[in-house]
Formats: sequence, structure tokens, C-alpha cells
Amino acid sequence: MSKPLSFYRSYFLSKTMSFLRRRNGTDSSKTRVADPNIKKDGAADDDKKKDEYKIPQRRNYGSKKWSCWDNCCWFIGLICSIWWFCLFLYNTMPDSIPQFVTMAITGPLPDPPGVKLRKEGLMANHPVVLVPGVVTGGLELWEGRHCAEGLLGKRLWGGSFGEFYKRPLCWLEHISLDNDTGFDPPGIRVRPVTGLVAADYFATGYFVWAVVIANLAHIGYEEKSLYMAAYDWRLSFQNTEIRDQSLTRIKSNIELLVATHGGKKVVVLPHSMGVQYFLHFMKWVETPAPRGGGGGPDWCAKHIKAIMNIGAPFLGSPKSIALHFSIEVRDIAALRAQAPGLLDKDVLGLQTFKHLMRMFRTWDATFSMIPKGGETIWGGLDWSPETETVNNSAKKGTDNSTRNTGGNGNICNTKGVNYGRLISFSKDWAETHSSKIERVDFKGDKLTNSSNCDIWLEYHEMGNRAIKAVADHKVYTAGSILDLLHYVAPKLMARGASHFSYGIADDLDDPKYDEYKYWSNPLETKLPNAPDMEIYSLYGVGLPTERGYIYKVAPPSDCSIPFQIDTSVDGDSEDSCLKGGVFSGDGDETVPIISAGFMCAKGWRGKTRFNPSGIRTYNREYKHAPPANLLEGRGTQSGSHVDLLGNFALIEDVLRVAAGATGEDIGGDRVYSDIFKWSERINIKL
Amino acid sequence: MSSLRRRKPINESSDSKHNEEEEDEDHDDVDADGDDDVNGKNKKTPSKIKKKRGEKPPKQPKWSCMDTCCWFIGCICITWWLLLFLYNAMPASFPQYVTEAITGPLPDPPGVKLKKEGLEAKHPVVFVPGIVTGGLELWEGRECAEGLFRKRLWGGTFGEVYKRPLCWVEHMSLDNETGLDPCGIRVRPVSGLVAADYFAPGYFVWAVLIANLARIGYEDKTMYMAAYDWRLSFQNTEVRDQTLSRIKSNIELLVATNGGRKVVVIPHSMGVLYFLHFMKWVEAPAPMGGGGGPDWCSKHIKAVVNIGGPFLGVPKAIAGLFSAEAKDIAVARALAPGFLDNDIFQFQTLQHVMRMSRTWDSTMSMIPRGGNTIWGGLDWSPEEGNSCAKKGEKKNETQIADQAGSENAVCKAKSANYGRIISFGKDVAEAPSSDIERIDFRGAIKGHSAANTTCRDVWTEYHDMGFAGIKAVAEYKTYTADSLVDLLHFVAPKMMARGTAHFSYGVADNLDDPQYKHYKYWSNPLETRLPNAPDMEIYSLYGVGLPTERAYVYKLSPHAECSIPFKIDTSADDEDTCLRDGVYSVDGDETVPVLSAGFMCAKGWRGKTRFNPSGIRTYIREYNHLPPANLLEGRGTLSGAHVDIMGNFALIEDVIRIAAGASGEELGGDQVYSKIFNWSEKINLRLDEEIPVHSSR
Repeated sequence: MSKPLSFYRSYFLSKTMSFLRRRNGTDSSKTRVADPNIKKDGAADDDKKKDEYKIPQRRNYGSKKWSCWDNCCWFIGLICSIWWFCLFLYNTMPDSIPQFVTMAITGPLPDPPGVKLRKEGLMANHPVVLVPGVVTGGLELWEGRHCAEGLLGKRLWGGSFGEFYKRPLCWLEHISLDNDTGFDPPGIRVRPVTGLVAADYFATGYFVWAVVIANLAHIGYEEKSLYMAAYDWRLSFQNTEIRDQSLTRIKSNIELLVATHGGKKVVVLPHSMGVQYFLHFMKWVETPAPRGGGGGPDWCAKHIKAIMNIGAPFLGSPKSIALHFSIEVRDIAALRAQAPGLLDKDVLGLQTFKHLMRMFRTWDATFSMIPKGGETIWGGLDWSPETETVNNSAKKGTDNSTRNTGGNGNICNTKGVNYGRLISFSKDWAETHSSKIERVDFKGDKLTNSSNCDIWLEYHEMGNRAIKAVADHKVYTAGSILDLLHYVAPKLMARGASHFSYGIADDLDDPKYDEYKYWSNPLETKLPNAPDMEIYSLYGVGLPTERGYIYKVAPPSDCSIPFQIDTSVDGDSEDSCLKGGVFSGDGDETVPIISAGFMCAKGWRGKTRFNPSGIRTYNREYKHAPPANLLEGRGTQSGSHVDLLGNFALIEDVLRVAAGATGEDIGGDRVYSDIFKWSERINIKL
Repeated sequence: MSSLRRRKPINESSDSKHNEEEEDEDHDDVDADGDDDVNGKNKKTPSKIKKKRGEKPPKQPKWSCMDTCCWFIGCICITWWLLLFLYNAMPASFPQYVTEAITGPLPDPPGVKLKKEGLEAKHPVVFVPGIVTGGLELWEGRECAEGLFRKRLWGGTFGEVYKRPLCWVEHMSLDNETGLDPCGIRVRPVSGLVAADYFAPGYFVWAVLIANLARIGYEDKTMYMAAYDWRLSFQNTEVRDQTLSRIKSNIELLVATNGGRKVVVIPHSMGVLYFLHFMKWVEAPAPMGGGGGPDWCSKHIKAVVNIGGPFLGVPKAIAGLFSAEAKDIAVARALAPGFLDNDIFQFQTLQHVMRMSRTWDSTMSMIPRGGNTIWGGLDWSPEEGNSCAKKGEKKNETQIADQAGSENAVCKAKSANYGRIISFGKDVAEAPSSDIERIDFRGAIKGHSAANTTCRDVWTEYHDMGFAGIKAVAEYKTYTADSLVDLLHFVAPKMMARGTAHFSYGVADNLDDPQYKHYKYWSNPLETRLPNAPDMEIYSLYGVGLPTERAYVYKLSPHAECSIPFKIDTSADDEDTCLRDGVYSVDGDETVPVLSAGFMCAKGWRGKTRFNPSGIRTYIREYNHLPPANLLEGRGTLSGAHVDIMGNFALIEDVIRIAAGASGEELGGDQVYSKIFNWSEKINLRLDEEIPVHSSR
């Protein structure tokens, strides 16, 4: 009787549980020590040869099942014991050990900026207001449907997302807004979490504001001198006031901060969409009472020292186009922590995308991120501010442009890139010169497609001809993209257009610009009359940022989203800006430099018509450097959209300004990219 | 390892069973395999094998022990996971279903019930948490507290208490001189509704009330938790954190964003005193007060719904300050048993706790106010004649007794002298006052105990007292509310010096006296006037039917270095006079006696009095304690205990009705189970504005 034979016999005879059997087989073939039969009866160590012969018999009769279970139990028990032991060690470990280990590996860590600046003698001075951006703020349930029982007061968004996995459809129902009103559906109340906890961590361990707060605390800040202006980031800005009186609260709290700090003005730190929210707030607060906050024309001058915009999408972000058009959330920074598993999950199949899209499209706030300023800012068919090809065809000018725009700021080869074409159908159309493109107008009539899909999306009302018409238009610029969205999702855009505007004002004194839908667009409003105020734009550079897309029409099937990013398209060379159907430019992974920097670099610089009182503006760029090793987590020199909030250089700047420094004190502009050159190319009346 | 080894014998026995089975199998199936060798082995009789095994053990045991352990743990883990999986897969309504099956259908929570009646959110609501229930978090700490930034030091899981107790005590203590944080430490109150919704996981404070309010439409923007650092004296919360300013600003914001509807304020426990302080502060002119103007309260406040309000202090605070025997300061109860009796720290624990709690100025706000006038003297007390048998089962009896004019012969004959809040020895507590010889302690010289240098690490002022001082205290024998304040001044002069700068415990003779403009009088209802707000309503909601500490029998503790020299004499018991474990109890909510919670609303403020010049209407709502019917109900929906009353359905219903706009009359006016009106009658306190004609007993 040979060993393999015994192995096979045991293998074939125990067919009850395949999973258990497998382990059993390997165990018996490899190490007999792991076989509990032998260990149990105590004969294991007696004589190895004997055991070898015993095995087949034992296996044949009765004890098979027992040994499987036994084996498993033993194995799991061992793992648990080891786990507990490690856990015990971990808990008894002094807190300084991880730091010690890190230091041993990477050399001494730099002091966190708070500690460093405290040694320099900086003290808390101006109170600080934090304005979180989209998705990073927590939302909690105050009233729900039957399926959400027991979740009252729990977080639906942010935190652990525990409920998300347990009852996804229920969760979607609660987190979505009403399609017509843009408010909560009846019977559901989801409200923003208040206080610093609202956005210190997005998910467990994924910091948003926590690092900034910790460093502010080092120089003496505490809860009473910090205020998190939490708002429901799903609503349009004005609706947060209508439903929650969020703007009134922010006003009242800023006034309180100033009053309890002996008249010291606040430093505002808006992040991401919070930037636009705060622009909206500044207009609102000075507008007289029924429509605005009635703070009087000098409220901002009296209460605000500086606005330090972090990763500001002043002029929108092309990424939002892709989101609205086909919900291809490549990596909205914070979702990244959760999305990969979820989006590609097969359980819900393609439905996942559509559920997400429906949810996403009910959030009015997302409209604020659609690129503003049209072709003037984002470039037309044959030019864009980032490339020096205004008068030449794309192919001729690129060699120069790469060299010129090169230096530090260049993250990829811009050869053959027409950034102005935000959406192209197929790579050819993305590259061909405009004169050679024949475009068919898509604004025809729609044929309704009567497919019955349980998930409501406006795509189902479009019909195949309309989809073809969209594709036949071939190329869309920032101007025509609005028409496109109006075409593919008329109801959605009707709601959006009543709250946001994307143009450039010709005459800012036109009384129509008193309407609130213009307040968050820096190109259609004036800054407040506050000559002592300072506006900073702090943003990361050095990361590829989505700037244009190549789309294809998805293979038609009922109930699916008809357009998809054509991920098969890649650039000609290794370092091409075109990768996976996406044209990338320089930026912080979410917001391109042109959007974050233009207003402070040119639009508001000096006294312009957008900035009549000559508020000083500063551009501070932070070059992305990936974390040196895993121990550093998300890095202290990151430039990406959310991780930037953990960037030591940025925090140091923030702390200095909060402690009273002016823009000149911290060194004025600090620029790595060609933002000034690019701004020059943008032809806008100032 | 020891615990693992202990399990061994059991497993071995089960092992041997297996072995026998296996051996049997072997024996039967000899022919299955043709191999001779194997046959030979298998033909051994079981007994032989057993013998063989008997010889083996020296080689085997370790391996098999580890093995069985692993196996055992594995089994447990698998079962655990299976149960966990089942639990997670269980529909959320299942526990409720089980409960209903056992106890019959549950009543709707009040929020659901009132929603069906059509009530809707109307007046914004302000919660003022009490002592110990609010969370505190760390903003700056010493070396030992690294990594705890913005973690809760108080409230939450208290995980850090167990891990580094001394570090925790250091951070929770305040500075002995200033009553503010020590240098380099900043511990700040948590803000928002989370500050006091749960004290520890699963131990609700405000959560049930908040959840029920949410049912009728309240949400974050219409509720505000006026969290403050409950360790500080009330005025210091404004000095350090501008807490009073914040409350003012937030109430104004609530009124503004809710279309001018006034707020309903719901203070609990010490929050009641804090809010009294606030109401005086907000109307006082700017440098010392909030400068809100004389009609701020009438403009912004609809009603003050005090829950378990210790308006006149609690005797329990005395025991806490005197000997750190906070038997069950309501919430600490959840944590204390394991912690205080912990053997690791032995007596030091109590002293550390004492040192810590003595640095908290706010505890001094709870010292009984009003002196002998309210709390009774050597030979009388308002509650005298009280039948002590206020226990659930004797409820009927006592009610009959009430109707019959409290003719409970036994108790009347041997009534407890509640006025003697502290007595040294049981006989002293019971003797008529003429028999007690008292030696005044006030002038006694405090000797220096030679041994106390070793105790320096745990600083309590007892070590400065020496034997002579301690003896003098004991020889005074019995203390009433008046002399108690002197006693505390004697045993802890530094602490009381701080305390008297912030709190006052007397009864005002003339409220127009300009001295009463000082903030230290603001939280004493007997030394301030209510604001001029005739439309406002003041409620006092409290539980009754639980024995509540009212007076103590003390003894000198056996002398040991570094220990607290006084102890409650837990051996003193007396069935007739409600003396149990050295504590005399009366009716109340386990922490606040009825007298303290009810007197102001029953008499002191009732109608137009000098304390209530504008005639604010007052209502008393008592809630009779009923223990939870079974374990499934948790802390019960009919509880009257100090903190658990926040989950009392009747109370919640009242609160919701008030918040939805009802007035006191619509609720049904007073709802009284205790003899509070009788007792109040016995208190001889001048209520009209005339110049006093001195009368004291």
C-alpha cells in the first residue's frame, strides 16, 4: 500500500463536503502532524511508520467526517489564538512603537507643522471656519421608511457605511432626493451631521479635515475657535438655506466666533465644492433680507480676514461631465475608498451603475461642478489654454508646446491633444482638425423608447435615433456640452439650470445677476467690497487629471446607459496624455489647474470687474510627491484632491494665516505649473 | 496558560471517548486492509492500547493540550460566527417580535403615539445636560495621553480609564487654585447632540427623548444641546469657553430660524442650576453678564421644563465631598462597581477620585442650599413623620397612610431626624438634641500628622488636618445643613474658598441688596428673582417612589496612612427609621429628594412671590417609579430614577406636548404623588416682599 494510493482513496471516498475534503487531502498528504486522528489518540509520536499505515483505514470508516470538522476547528482555533495573541500584544504595546519603527526605517520624521510652528511661538489668533466639500460631509437619518428602521440618528453617509452593504436598495432610496423638487422625498429626512465630526473623517481611518484640525489644535485652537460649516452637499446651495437654514446658521456662527474672539475676523477654509458654496454664501449674506441674509454691504469686510480655498473647482471640473453623462466615477477622491469593490460588484450587475446614476442625478449640487465659462475658458475645437496651438493645427505645435510647458509641471506628453474637445466620439474625432469634421446637429426630435426599466433614467426616453444623433455630433466643447446635457437629460438640467449658471457675464451690473443662481459662478458675480480681505487658492499639481473623454456608444441593450468611455483608446506613445479613453492634464486628480488657479491668477488679480475692490489674491501650488513608503499612509506631501488636506506645506500655510500672517508674509505666490501663461491665453474682458 | 490547562481534563475525557470509538472501529475492520503489519497492530486489545497510552503521557501532554485547546477555540469561534451571522441576517423587527410575544404588545413610544394624534414640531428645543452625563474630549494633553487627541476622556467607552488610570485622573482634574485646566492640558466639552445622547454605549441619557422628538418632526436644526464643561463653576464656563455666550447666540438663532417661535428649554439635573445661572447672566449688563436686556427671557423662552432638578442641592453631594462615597451618583453607577472596588488601587482609588472630584467646582453647586430653614434643624425636618416604607410593595399602605394624615404609628414614634444630615454614630442620630453634647470644632487647631509626607502624591486636604482636627470634627457629633457648610470649610478650606467664590447657599433677606448682583448668587433660587417673563412657564418634572439619600451616619475610619478619615457607617441599620447601611432615605428619585426638586415650584415660586415677582406659572409633575417588568425592557419605560426617567414614557409625552405648543393647564396642571405640598407648608420661608421680621426655628 503506497502513500499516493492511500491519499487517493481517502480523496475519493470522502465526497460529502468538497471544501473540507480539499483541506483534508492536502493535510494527510503533506503533514501527518496536522491530522487530528493521530494526535487525538495519542499514538502520533509513537511510531511514524505505524501511523502511516493506519491512516487509510481510519479514513475509510466513520472518522472521515469527524476528522474534517476536527481539522477545521483546530485550524480556526489556531488562527484565532494567534490573532488574539497578536491583538493582545498590539494593545499592550506602548503608543510610541509605530512611530519608533517608522523612524528606524525612514529616518526621523519631520515635526508636524503644528508642533513646528508652536516652537516658533505661533498662537491661535483668528477663529477658523471649515467648509467641507461634496461627498466628504456626513449625513444622518432623522426619519425614514420602514426598511430603515433602527437607523434613526445613524449615519447614512460617511462613517462605516455599514448599512450600505446590508440593504443597498433601502440606502439608495434614502440618500436619493426627489427628482422634481430637489428635496427629500416625502417621509424621509436625511440631514447633515453638525460639528467637527461632520467631516473630520470620511470613512474610518480616511481623514478629511482631521489632520488640519489636529495641527490647529497644536497651536491652541479648540472647539470654540473652530467651526465646521456643515451643509447638505446634495442640495443646491440655495435649497440648503430653504430647508435647513444652513446659510443663516453659518452667518450666525461666524458672528458668534468674531464676537467671542474679541472682534478678530475669521479665516475660512473651504475645500472642493465648499469653495463655490462659500462664494454663494458671500453673495447671499450681503443681499437684503427676503432673498439674502441681510448682513449689509460690508458684512464680509467686517467678518472675514481671508478665504483659503483648497482644491477649488472655481470653474467646474470636467469630471462632473463624465459623471452626469455616464456615471463613470473614475475616482472621485473620497469614494475611492469604497468604490472599487462596490462598483465592479457582480451582484447587482450593471444595475449598480444605473442605480448610482439615478441617485447621483437627483443631487442638485453636482451641477455646480459642470465646467463654467464655456469655450472662453476651456478651449474650443482647436485650442485650449493648456496647449500652445492656438493658431496651428494640433500636430504641428505639439513638440514646442511640450518643451515649453515642460519643466516641472508637465505630467504627460500633450502631443495631439485637443483639450478643448471635452467629449469626442472615437479617437479619430479627438485628433482630427476641426475643418475636417462633419458634424450633424443632434437637436432633432426624440423617439421614445418604450422599454420598461424599473430604474428611471431619462436615457430610456431617448430612443435609438437620438442616441445616434448624439454620437454623430462627434465632438463637444465646453459650450456645446451644456446643450448635450440638456438634450439627454432635459428634466435634470431644467432643475440644474434654475440653481446654477455656467456662462460669463457681459455686464455685471445687469439686475438679473441679483438672482441666486449666479452667486456661485465667479464669472458672473462680483466679489464683496472688502479691500482688506485676502483670497488664496491652494491646490495640488503634478497629478494626471481628467480633462477630456473619448466616448463610444455602448452595445445596445435595454435599460443600460447608452454611452461609455472607450477605455480601449490609448495614446500613441507611452507618456501620452490619452490613456484609457481619458485625456489628462495637470491638476490634483479631480480639478484641473485651469479651474483652480485661473480666478486667482487672472480673473481676480488686481482690480478687475469681478473684483472691484481689489482684494488681494494668491496662488499657492503644492507639488505632488507620493508617500515614500507604506508607513506614511496617504503621505505628507500629497497633492491629490483630498489628500492635500494632509499636506504639511499646505497646513503650515494655513496655520500661519490663521495665526495672523498675510499673503505677503508667507511668500506670496508659489507656482510650479504654467498657470500664469495659460491664463494669459484666455481671452476674457476684465 | 493556566486557564487553558484547566480545561484540559474535560477535553481529555472526551478524547478518550473518541479513542475508544476509533479503536472499536479498528477492531471491527481488521480485514479491510490485507497488510500483515497493520493487522498485527490492530489486533491489540483496547486495553493494551490504553496501557500504552498510559505510558506515553510524559511525551504527549503538551502537544495534545495545545491541540485540544485550538480545537476547542475553533469550535467556539465557529459557533460564534454562525450566531453572529444569524444575528446579522435576522430581520430588525425580530427582537421586538420576541418581546411582544413574551410581554404582550408594547405600547407605542410616545413619539409615534403623539404623531398619530397629529402633533407636530413647533417650538425649538434646547437640552441642558447635567453633571457627569456630558462628554469631554481632549484637545491638548501631557505626554502620557498621546494619541488621544479629540478622543473622549469622559463618556463613551472609558477605554482609557482602564488603560492608564493615573494619566486619566491627571487630565480630568482641574487646577486646585484656579478651578480651570492645569497648564498644558485642555479638556473641552463635546458639542452637538452627541455630547450627551448616550453616556456610555447602550446607556442612554437624552437619546430616547431625542428619538421621540424626531418622530414628530424635530431634527438637528430645531434641537440644540447646550453642552458645557460640567466640571467648571458656571461662570468659569463663560470665562474659559464662552459657553453662556454660545447658548445665547444659539437660542437666538433657533428662534430666528423657526419663525420667531420661542424655545422650550429642558435642563436635567445640574443643568437646572446652570440654566438658572444662564437666565440671570443673559439679562445682566455686559461686562459680567450677557447684556441681553431685561426682557430677553420673555422674548426667547416659552417654558423651562426642569427634569430631576436639584434646585436646593442634594445631600448626596455632601457625602461625595466629605468622603468620596458617591454611593451611586446616578450615572457613575454604570461604571463604579468594578472600578471603585478594584483591588489594584485599593484605597488609593477613592482618594484619587476624591482629589479629582474636589477640583471640580461644579460639585459645590449641589451642596444643600437654604440651610436649616429648608433642610430642617436638629429636631425637626420638613419630611418628619414620613413613613419610610416607600417601597413598591407597600405602596398602597403608604397611600392610605397619606389619606389618613400620616398616622403611621411606628414611624411617627421613632421618626428619623432628617435635619441631622451627618451624625457620628447611630445613637447620636437618634438621641433628642438636648442629650447631645457638642464640642465646637470651628476653633480647633489642626495638628500636623507626622506621617503625611508619604501621602503627598494623592493630595487631599485631610492630610493637612492632623489627628486633632479629625477628632474635633467627630466630637461635634451632628451637623445640620447650616453647620455642614462650616464643616466643609473646616475640612477642605482651599476647596471651599474656591467654591464660595462661585456659589452661595443661603436664603436672601432682601433681594434688592446690591450684593445679589454678583454671579455667585445666580444659581441659587433662594437668592435670586426669576426673570420678568409673565408668559413663561416653569415645570419641575421628577421621579418619586425611590429611596433617596437624605442623611448619613458616619464613623471615624480605622487609622491608616493616606486614607480618608471618615466613612459612612454601613453597619448602622434601623428598619423603623429608614436607616439602611448608614444612610437615612426619603422619597425621591434616588439622587434628588422630593423636597429639593419640588419645593420651589410647589411654594417658593408658586404665584407671585418675592422670588418670582412676575408670577411665572409653575407646575409640578411627578412620575411614580415602577421597576421594569422584565429584563427585555432594559431600563424601563416607567422608571423614576434620576437618569432613567429620561426614558419614562409619561415624561416624554409631557415634554413632547409642551414642545408642540401645549401649556401647563392643557397637560393637566400638577401631578403629584408625594407629600410635597404638605412638606412645603412646614417650611417657614418668607415669600412676600416685606422687610423681614426675623423668624427662624
